[in-house]
Amino acid sequence: MLRIPCPWCGVRDEVEYRFGGESHLERPAPDAADAHWADYLFNRDNPSGVHHERWCHSYGCGQWFNLARDTVTHQIIAVYRMGEPKPAAGEDG
Amino acid sequence: MAGPSYRLPEGGWIDRSRPLAFTFNGRRLQGCAGDTLASALLAAGIAVVGRSFKLHRPRGVLAASAEEPNALVTVDRGDGPVPLARATLTPLSEGLRAESRRVFPALGFDLARIIDYTRALWPAGFYNKTFKWPSWHAYEWALRRMAGLGRLVPAPDPTRYRHVNVHCDVLVVGAGPAGLTAALAAARAGEDVLVAEQAAEPGGSLEYDPEPVEGQPPREWLAQALVELARHPNVRLVCGATVAGCYDHGVLTIHGTGDAGESWWKVRAGRVVLATGAIEQPLLFGNNDLPGIMLAGAVHRYAARYGVACGRRVIGVVNNDLGWRALLALSRAGVEVVAVIDPRPMPDRALSAAAAERGIALHVGATPLTAHGSRRVRSFDFITADGGRERVECDAIAMSGGFSPTLNLYAQAGGRLRHDPRLASFVPADCRRPVEVVGAAAGITGGAGPIAPAPVASTSQWVDYLYDVTVADVELAVREGFDSIEHLKRYTTVGMGPDQGKTSNRNALALVAALTGRDPGAVGTTTCRPPYQPVTLGAIAGDRRGDFYAPARRLPGHDWHARQGAEFEDFAGWKRPAWYGRDRDAGIAHEVGRVRQAAGLFDASPLGKIEVKGPAAAEFLDFIYLTAVSGLKPGRARYAVMLNENGVVIDDGVCARLTDDHFLVGTSAANAGRVAHWLEEWRQCEWSRRELIVAPVTEQWAVITVAGPRARAIVQALPGMIDLDAGGLAPMSQRAGRLDDGTRYRLQTISFSGEASFELSLPADRAPAVIERLAEIGAPAGLGPIGVEALLVLRLEKGHPIVGIDTDGTTNALDLGFGRIVAGRKTDFVGARSLARPADRSADRRQLVGIEFDPSAAVVAGAHFVTAGAGPRRSEGFVTSAGISPTLGKGIGLGLLEGGHRRRGELVSVFDQGRRATVRVVDRCFYDPGGARIRG
Repeated sequence: MLRIPCPWCGVRDEVEYRFGGESHLERPAPDAADAHWADYLFNRDNPSGVHHERWCHSYGCGQWFNLARDTVTHQIIAVYRMGEPKPAAGEDG
Repeated sequence: MAGPSYRLPEGGWIDRSRPLAFTFNGRRLQGCAGDTLASALLAAGIAVVGRSFKLHRPRGVLAASAEEPNALVTVDRGDGPVPLARATLTPLSEGLRAESRRVFPALGFDLARIIDYTRALWPAGFYNKTFKWPSWHAYEWALRRMAGLGRLVPAPDPTRYRHVNVHCDVLVVGAGPAGLTAALAAARAGEDVLVAEQAAEPGGSLEYDPEPVEGQPPREWLAQALVELARHPNVRLVCGATVAGCYDHGVLTIHGTGDAGESWWKVRAGRVVLATGAIEQPLLFGNNDLPGIMLAGAVHRYAARYGVACGRRVIGVVNNDLGWRALLALSRAGVEVVAVIDPRPMPDRALSAAAAERGIALHVGATPLTAHGSRRVRSFDFITADGGRERVECDAIAMSGGFSPTLNLYAQAGGRLRHDPRLASFVPADCRRPVEVVGAAAGITGGAGPIAPAPVASTSQWVDYLYDVTVADVELAVREGFDSIEHLKRYTTVGMGPDQGKTSNRNALALVAALTGRDPGAVGTTTCRPPYQPVTLGAIAGDRRGDFYAPARRLPGHDWHARQGAEFEDFAGWKRPAWYGRDRDAGIAHEVGRVRQAAGLFDASPLGKIEVKGPAAAEFLDFIYLTAVSGLKPGRARYAVMLNENGVVIDDGVCARLTDDHFLVGTSAANAGRVAHWLEEWRQCEWSRRELIVAPVTEQWAVITVAGPRARAIVQALPGMIDLDAGGLAPMSQRAGRLDDGTRYRLQTISFSGEASFELSLPADRAPAVIERLAEIGAPAGLGPIGVEALLVLRLEKGHPIVGIDTDGTTNALDLGFGRIVAGRKTDFVGARSLARPADRSADRRQLVGIEFDPSAAVVAGAHFVTAGAGPRRSEGFVTSAGISPTLGKGIGLGLLEGGHRRRGELVSVFDQGRRATVRVVDRCFYDPGGARIRG
């Protein structure tokens, strides 16, 4: 079980959160090519290492936020708000 | 009664003045306060405590703690039997009843023992190789019975289970000398400390090891340590608490047992100190599983802690100095130790001198061979250093094959292990999490010795007691190529019993290393997974069972419905009236007729209600819905369909505009929560810069629908109701107001049934009173309640699909016939781009159609549409809803049919479980297609 630091409520158990999958997906414009649209719909990164993903503190403040998590160690490297860019690879990245 | 007592005349930490009566397999026995079940059985001279899993060999107590593989018994303290309890960890209590497993027909004479005499037929991999034809399940029933995995009791479990959540700076696992020292240091530094000890009391080796601690006698040191810990308000010491798992981010689980029931702890610890000790390992020699053959440390512990002699003539078979120390201490405690056999040519000089002084015969440089006996060990054969074969009589053997540090939790935490050849064991190497290992768990000196099978039949030397794995099985597995430690485990089942190999993994590893000529470090260990010890499933469930497993939600008007004779069923977590009265079919038909002819009262409170407000609300909802709502005028409502980004229909409902910037979004009852999350996710993640609020209000508003030709008059008669005729209150209108008594309401003219319909939303707490008034007002006009089943019939007559019933995860907006709406959209919306893909626009897709059939035809939801003609038939889709319309007197339904939209009028074959029928494809609306009745 992860202990996730909500930017608004502090560190809470994983069961309070809802996982939203990979973050920073660009929604294509309505005139995008089929392949481009399919990539947005179906293809996701599956790195062994740092993954940028979004979570919602659904049983807390209800806010969505981003976090960078190492999929190997489960270490949470960064927590940042929706709309903010990916943090630069820090000492852990 | 049992034979003469094996209780020593003095010694031990037991209260001899408080005898406790208990039974074992029906025999009445007596122990003392302070005993465990195991020590009491040993004191009573009970040698055989169970039968082995596969070969049904008699087995006795081997150990004195959690590693016990043999004394797994069913324990009943009067509150129901608990299977697979370790007798070594079970405190004795008055009236306790214990039963051994695998006793068929009796412990003394086990019929299945015949298996043992034919065991050449049962090698490793036997199950995989033999019980294959016709399938494993043909044998499973009989084998399970023979194997005696314990029985489930059908009666409700009376045990109390509770969940505990704890935060601490440091969790210390184990309350022996190392754990208590670590706890004291942390407590003095002001940290919040939790100490978990799996035994019923703290102390660990302090209970029996005579070695002084910090210059003090061990028992005095223990007493002082406990006093000091008790003085610290920031320290909590819990006994009977086994740390079962170690997870990411400092989360650990503890299984607690005690007088108050069982508990399941979730601990969030800043750091972890493992003081889990080391487990003594058996030696390999012939018949090393006979009752009476025990671990040396356990034999010593039973004497020192419980005042029990495990035999009257004990010999030691040991390969390390700690084994010698245990034998010496045993001798000093008053147990007769007649001989020590050690394969090492030069044991520690001081130890051997002390042993000789006590009159113990020393056989160093000897080769252990085999034990003899049937239901208890009788004698032991070995080869002396000068090559002669000797036999020594005994009734107990204290053996020690060295020690294995307990590092399961360390490995679970991601810690790596390293093999230390000097200690002949795996020790902690490094761990990226804050887990520290102290005491014997970090490696124990003096406990190393040579490990090799004896030069006797390898089929008689046990590696795993619980699952009856012998040296021969390991040899066979290696010969057949299963020489990776993980493969060996799966093939031979070594270490796979409820003890998870606490006394078998080390020897299996040493054997594989020797057989394959590898270093033990290169062979490695198997993966450690939670739980460390078996955990009662009830403890994990805690309170979440029975009514609390998934608490039902009740309608605000629940009691009124109950008085009307409602039959409640579960719908998406709500207890809703399915129909009223005793007879289901008659009730539903009556209720349908009531709505078509007079008026029905339907409780629609579970319908999802979400308020969306702000200057960007209309634009946002246009984006969320396939159906644009920005064109709605305040006070008007529209049926709206919601898609996901793949173009698939995920929900539908009615969206009403209350004011310019304020909308009330309706969802289906089943999706109320999901749609609220869906809107909120889009709002926060994609629309965060816009002024917008999304607020789910499903539980705040009860919804009562009155539908039928007399509905308008009944609702109008509610004191305070607005004029329903004035101002052109047409279908799909929305109004708000207050009743005479001040009750706020929202009114929507939305019809699902096809009749004039008034949907009245009321604050949940006011709903019961308004329902009563409505029922009273409407009774003379024939108003009565209708349930969910009747509504499902009414909507089917109108041909309204239900998302999730009449659609599936592939049904897009075009399949439901919304092509004109899609074509009319000018702005982007969720799922729009997907509907432009060629495959989404294909005319051959499964499309929603209406079907009609003869009432005598067997057409049910789930039946397949099949192709016509000769040759193999193919499914073209399936019926999603079907029934006999009480109003129309014919069979009607909905279905997803390939190319359905162009097949109106066609006759299609339907197939279901061997039955065939023919249906006609028709328009979806069967009743009042013009909608004249809705306008009332």
